[in-house]
Amino acid sequence: MGFSKELLLARLQELGIHFVSYEHPVVLTLEAQAKYVGHLGSALSKNLFLKDKKHRLYVVSALADTKVDLKVLSQRLGLGKGGLRMAPEESLQEVLQVPLGCVTPFALINESARSVALLLDQGLKAQKCLFHPLSNDMTISLSANDLDKFLISIGRSPSYVDLEAIVPVGKDQPPDLATLVPTEIVKSLDVPQQGTPIQIAAENHMPREKKLMELQGTEKISNKSKPAGDGVTKKPSGDKNPSTGVADVQKFVNEIMDKTSAILQAEVSEASIQKHGKQLGNVLSDTIRKRLTLDLENLVMTFKNTAYTEGFQSKIGSLSLHK
Amino acid sequence: MGENANEVPQEEEEDQIVNPFQVTVKKGEKIDYDKLIDKFGCQRLDPSFVERVERVTSRPPHVFLRRGVFFAHRDFNEILDAYERGENFYLYTGRGPSSEALHLGHLVPFMFTKYLQDAFKVPLVIQLTDDEKCMWKNLSVEESQRLARENAKDIIACGFDVTRTFIFSDFDYVGGAFYKNMVKVAKCVTFNKVVGIFGFTPEDHIGKISFPPVQAVPSFPSSFPHLFSGKDDLRCLIPCAIDQDPYFRMTRDVAPRIGYQKPALIESSFFPALQGETGKMSASDPNSAIYVTDSAKDIKKKVNNHAFSGGQDSIEKHRELGANLEVDIPFKYLTFFLDDDDEVEHIRKEYGSGRMLTGEVKQKLIQVLTELVERHRKARAAVTEEMVDVFMAVRPLPNMFG
Repeated sequence: MGFSKELLLARLQELGIHFVSYEHPVVLTLEAQAKYVGHLGSALSKNLFLKDKKHRLYVVSALADTKVDLKVLSQRLGLGKGGLRMAPEESLQEVLQVPLGCVTPFALINESARSVALLLDQGLKAQKCLFHPLSNDMTISLSANDLDKFLISIGRSPSYVDLEAIVPVGKDQPPDLATLVPTEIVKSLDVPQQGTPIQIAAENHMPREKKLMELQGTEKISNKSKPAGDGVTKKPSGDKNPSTGVADVQKFVNEIMDKTSAILQAEVSEASIQKHGKQLGNVLSDTIRKRLTLDLENLVMTFKNTAYTEGFQSKIGSLSLHK
Repeated sequence: MGENANEVPQEEEEDQIVNPFQVTVKKGEKIDYDKLIDKFGCQRLDPSFVERVERVTSRPPHVFLRRGVFFAHRDFNEILDAYERGENFYLYTGRGPSSEALHLGHLVPFMFTKYLQDAFKVPLVIQLTDDEKCMWKNLSVEESQRLARENAKDIIACGFDVTRTFIFSDFDYVGGAFYKNMVKVAKCVTFNKVVGIFGFTPEDHIGKISFPPVQAVPSFPSSFPHLFSGKDDLRCLIPCAIDQDPYFRMTRDVAPRIGYQKPALIESSFFPALQGETGKMSASDPNSAIYVTDSAKDIKKKVNNHAFSGGQDSIEKHRELGANLEVDIPFKYLTFFLDDDDEVEHIRKEYGSGRMLTGEVKQKLIQVLTELVERHRKARAAVTEEMVDVFMAVRPLPNMFG
């Protein structure tokens, strides 16, 4: 799959980068991580994996104490208000190729993460910092200088930003971080729904990110479990397929063809030919109409809504280009 | 016409209580809809209406109309009259997003509204009362907003047309022209009146007491200047469950006083819980309802193990007496969701006479529900955050009529 922790550490050593590594049981949250390495004098980092409305991805790496306001960040990047969201789990696996709870700047060593933007909190420069080296059962401590050495070695120019600054963005003040927005869109593969372990882990993963977004969820906002009665947490929206959101004509036509063929194949048999003889055509035509109309109407409405949404987004995008 | 917005449903003396905040019956009894229609002062939707709708829309009437699920109305005949004259109207419905888990009962008004949108080719506004749930269910503002968005996805999955539909949440949209109408309405309703209509007490906080105008003003086209500017006379039709009637009784009372058309209503009965008419559908009891996230296995288990059966205790007795269709839930659910009238009649005859057994009826129900839930699940999966944004974007809707 992607780089392993061992390969990464070997690479760091090759590059002459000084780091100290600490092994500990797998941790999925900042609190858990702090239990094992919080006392060392290095600063714990929090790492967010975000996406914008155009599916571009960002890793934001900051001190655990730094307040990161996604709304402000979104505006500073020129994405408008509310343009940034948490990236879906599939992207974590496909693009960063790290497990849940393990977002780290080191994941950018993977080819698949080529187009992911990296924003670094300038607070990281002040002291040695703690990051996961591609797996949750270890933390490494290194200085910002050494982190830069690593980033430069993978062809990145490190950009440190004052993440807490409230920078006004308006007609006469262009978004100050707009240059950091990736130019390429990461093409991710269709990943079918994973089994239970990831959904359960999602429950652990979310509280950390949600805390960072400073929501005041009184209930567990991340709790996506349904009263399904059999104890398995389920995602409410079914497949979060990256290719939803695209009005795909071929896919759509294929679905219609498949459904029609299925009915035809089921309904044409020795028995039905005998029974209806020459009328089979009319009978089939009625059956298809009866059985398929509702499904097709749904499919077509979905297609219409998706295409309209794409058009709308495109218009919004073109508006911001003409600022 | 028997309308009386001032009338207090004397809760203490009645054995059934129906208002937006409470629906209860005396233990062991069913809701008496005739009594309700009488008390509220709305009209029954008789079969002639159903025929008329079929004529006017040139398509088969929705199963909920045919089976009497939507059974009461106010001024629906005027909407039809106006429509036949070539005058338009718009639809208004809504949801209080109090939980993430939607069950089939929640979908009923939306399924019907989608049919109305398609049949009459009219625009629709959908209100998500996140503020109401924040106040009544004591949710945080963020949580109620989040739930509103999540519910919006299920609503969109019912198949609404984005070129004719505007979804809004109160927290996002209240302000401007909408708020101006809220104040106009509020000025016309005394404290005593809301106490009478909704049963508020001096201990209730002022948020609750001042909420009713929020649900009233989407009935007025001037609340949506980006949609209906210049169309102040546009009529509004509100499909809803009958417990919402008090809000709109109040609205209809106020409308002429502020120079607006009275909204028309078309109202549905309550969707029964899996365990029977007298059971309560509750978010904390997953077996009281079929959820849109239930798997085929869940549906099978729930229907087989929890659906209240009107069948007799033994096969012999059943063959002799037949099933009690009044209380049988699987049959009741089939009347909601099985479109084919002939099939339903067949089951009614066979099951009612005892020739068909409960197991067979349950099996048919499982098949119907599984198909429905699967179709919904697929549609839901195709709803992206961007699509929700678009449905909720304040944008004009050209070609919203016809």
